[in-house]
Amino acid sequence: MKFRRRDKDTAPVVAGPYRVGEPIRDTKAPEGPIEDRWDKRRFSAKLVNPVNKRKLTVIVVGTGLAGGSAAATLGELGYKVKSFCYQDSPRRAHSIAAQGGINAAKNYRGDGDSVYRLFYDTVKGGDYRARESNVYRLAQVSVNIIDQAVAQGVPFAREYGGLLDTRSFGGTQVSRTFYARGQTGQQLLLGAYQALERQVAAGNVEVHTRHEMLELIVSGGRARGVVVRDMVTGEIETHLADAVVLASGGYGNVFFLSTNAKGCNTTAIWRAHKKGAYFGNPCYTQIHPTCIPQSGDHQSKLTLMSESLRNDGRVWVPKRKGDSRAPGAIPEDERDYYLERIYPAFGNLVPRDIASRAAKNVCDEGRGVGPGGLGVYLDFADAISRLGRDAVEKKYGNLFEMYERITGENPYEVPMRIYPAVHYTMGGLWVDYDLQSTIPGLFVIGEANFSDHGANRLGASALMQGLADGYFVLPTTLGDYLAGAGSFGPVDEGDVTEARKAVQDRIDKLLSVNGNRTADSYHRELGRIMWDYCGMERTEESLRKALERIPELREEFWNNVKVPGDAEGLNQALERAGRVADFFELAELMCIDALHRTESCGGHFRAESQDADGEALRDDENFSYVAAWEWTPDGPVLHKEALDYEYVKMTQRSYK
Amino acid sequence: MNLTLKIWRQNGSSDKGRMVTYRVEDVSPDMSFLEMLDVLNERLILEGDDPVAFDHDCREGICGMCGMVINGVAHGEQKLTTTCQLHMRHFKDGDVVTIEPWRSAAFPVVKDLVVNRSAFDRIIQAGGFISVPAGSAPEAHSVPVPKADADAAFDAATCIGCGACVAACPNGSASLFTAAKITHLGLLPQGQPERESRARAMVEQMDAEGFGGCTNTGECTAVCPKGIPFDTIAQMNADYLKAASK
Ligand SMILES: Cc1cc2nc3c(=O)[nH]c(=O)nc-3n(C[C@H](O)[C@H](O)[C@H](O)COP(=O)(O)OP(=O)(O)OC[C@H]3O[C@@H](n4cnc5c(N)ncnc54)[C@H](O)[C@@H]3O)c2cc1C
Ligand code: SF4
Ligand code: FES
Repeated sequence: MKFRRRDKDTAPVVAGPYRVGEPIRDTKAPEGPIEDRWDKRRFSAKLVNPVNKRKLTVIVVGTGLAGGSAAATLGELGYKVKSFCYQDSPRRAHSIAAQGGINAAKNYRGDGDSVYRLFYDTVKGGDYRARESNVYRLAQVSVNIIDQAVAQGVPFAREYGGLLDTRSFGGTQVSRTFYARGQTGQQLLLGAYQALERQVAAGNVEVHTRHEMLELIVSGGRARGVVVRDMVTGEIETHLADAVVLASGGYGNVFFLSTNAKGCNTTAIWRAHKKGAYFGNPCYTQIHPTCIPQSGDHQSKLTLMSESLRNDGRVWVPKRKGDSRAPGAIPEDERDYYLERIYPAFGNLVPRDIASRAAKNVCDEGRGVGPGGLGVYLDFADAISRLGRDAVEKKYGNLFEMYERITGENPYEVPMRIYPAVHYTMGGLWVDYDLQSTIPGLFVIGEANFSDHGANRLGASALMQGLADGYFVLPTTLGDYLAGAGSFGPVDEGDVTEARKAVQDRIDKLLSVNGNRTADSYHRELGRIMWDYCGMERTEESLRKALERIPELREEFWNNVKVPGDAEGLNQALERAGRVADFFELAELMCIDALHRTESCGGHFRAESQDADGEALRDDENFSYVAAWEWTPDGPVLHKEALDYEYVKMTQRSYK
Repeated sequence: MNLTLKIWRQNGSSDKGRMVTYRVEDVSPDMSFLEMLDVLNERLILEGDDPVAFDHDCREGICGMCGMVINGVAHGEQKLTTTCQLHMRHFKDGDVVTIEPWRSAAFPVVKDLVVNRSAFDRIIQAGGFISVPAGSAPEAHSVPVPKADADAAFDAATCIGCGACVAACPNGSASLFTAAKITHLGLLPQGQPERESRARAMVEQMDAEGFGGCTNTGECTAVCPKGIPFDTIAQMNADYLKAASK
């Protein structure tokens, strides 16, 4: 392995290919009672006068809930905003696909919800690996998001009295999830998109669609611009600014198969990481238990089925290994309703990570169903006989239809087949309380940053975080930074040239290899390694194996990839190859992070760290910190940000 | 199954373009239409050919990025389905499948099956919003909205901006897309203050972009993957006339 180097005095807990650096001592969170901290920060933030705002340019990469809402709001405030996305319209960002809903501590039900309870649930749900101050602010701001969205015309579900309807989601005891049928992400994103287009019309925002950011420009120690490729003409462009905001989404596609949109990538944040932005908790990945299984090697992505199905569906596999009978031919006493058996108290409703791992275990035992034995049944036969087909159809009709469209099977007659899939990445670029990365002037929002969700994200909380960051938090903290813009000075020509050259060199290199395998085939293989060795269950052995295989495969990629065409004009194969190249590097850091964290927590399950019942076992004494990784040419350096819990009491979960 | 594909190939907007025939073999019925094209493209790359360019992202029928005219029908023959959600089990061995881009003067071809739909964004810029800067919103429950209105607004709001309606319309009209937004916002109390100015500005922008007029053929709703109701167009016309008569 290339980066094997250890420093005696700072020897890590596990011998591994990294070094330990200085801890992070200041996250810039204000002191004092937690409920006053955000107010305090808002009051202490310097303001930029309106005349100066016009002279300040902010680049926002990404037009999802985070980037779209941020760009629109910064435009409203009077900054000159340049917004970028790789799709042909800002409205198509991956946020559009979110189904379930968005949390907010409105307590419209009077069921005992409060800002404090949402804060508490989020810290606990994150398995005590999130920063208290940030999460409290998120819960506070959540109520403003609903007001904002309703005023924009987001058609949330309503009750007959005309008030907003809510539901309970992801195992919380209060009903705080606002939704718009199964299309909450779409409706919220269209709200942000429309606000953004309003600012385009007003001349405050320029949107550059089909432009992919390929490099960050750092000058004088500050983020001052980006290098992008116009995906239609192939031209490499430089855009300079007074600050850069990354809102480029999550990196679940490192696994190749995930529920993310095909274009989701790590390039924007990875490039920034290599320019000095620390990467927080890269190994924290969320795997969703109810996705439609793979149907063959041609599979290009996975589709999520709403978690709500587990309210009425019963999960089972045959008791006998390799039982290939049709589900209907397997008698009741030869079925293993394993969740009900292992977790009698919660049964089919155990949390996402537990349900996912249990499915993996029975499939590993050879009891999985469907193609390749990678699936378990989710059976509605009991629900249909108990409630009647009509009632089931009313509740789940659209989901059943979606399932049938994809699989060609009718779930009213044969049980659904489901399997876990990568869904969300809690890790991302490290940011302080102001959402600023370790590069001054580089802010990171939405799924692209690491904040708020700790080691596990609760359902309906990603939409909340993206919009909290974009509409409310960033516009304040960015203003504070920009108030000092007078002293930034001009951007150094040399820094621009260097960034442009890096982009050009990579493109030239990708095009010149002219080998025998496509970028997609490498991506698939990388994804397979990550899924097998750094997926639902990780061990020291599996991670070390991955850390051997990944650099080998990356090496092969750079010597044998075939990218057709040239750099001019639309070249989708070139775009993909560039993204895969960055996934290779990120994958390695994810495995190193997973290897060093010998505890289990949230979405990170280390098989070595479990209790007698097979539950994840945290090691608070040694791992109650955020792992912030610095990139260096000699390998990653770990900086620890200690997590202190002043308000929430740490406990070990149990669902038996 | 084995299929013959006739695909529109056009290298940039200035190229004339032509149909090119390809054979694909061993197509699994469980593949999606786009996965079938992925397989073709992987082969073309290895053979040293230019892969077919097509737009896609979510592959779940919600982002509106994909779209091709398949055997003469926008998004193919299966109702209420985007191209990415169409599966190969609806085809049979030996089929000849023609694949073309959206064709409309307002959607110039970028390459092969990829078109430029930015005209849609400009229609939204003209007025497809409610003016409410972040932070200025009143408490959400201060204005109750009758459930029926909220539900109808939602139905119109589900438009994914794919452009199939334009591709299917003999006049290349963008009426269904524009009407969906005007109806969504016009049904809500929050949308009332700008209702007339919105309808007027959006309709005028639609015309300025070079989309054709609506002659009630109904082809748009027939192909719309989200089932946007045809009567939204009547609503748009009513709002527009009201605004224009002032
Ligand atoms: C199927 C599914 C269902 C979900 N359901 C829910 C739910 O019910 N509730 C919930 O809270 N969360 C849900 N989530 C999670 C949630 O949708 C996402 O975490 C969230 O939308 C991310 O928003 P974002 O703004 O950070 O990024 P995204 O929406 O992913 O936007 C990223 C943006 O960055 C741009 N971009 C990326 N890379 C580049 C580049 N290199 N150059 C230029 N532009 C770039 C893209 O064009 C895009 O505009 C779901 C996720 C999935 C996959
Ligand atoms: S109205 Fe229907 S066909 Fe037209 S853009 Fe919207 S979703 Fe597509
Ligand atoms: S790819 Fe998103 S709708 Fe088809």
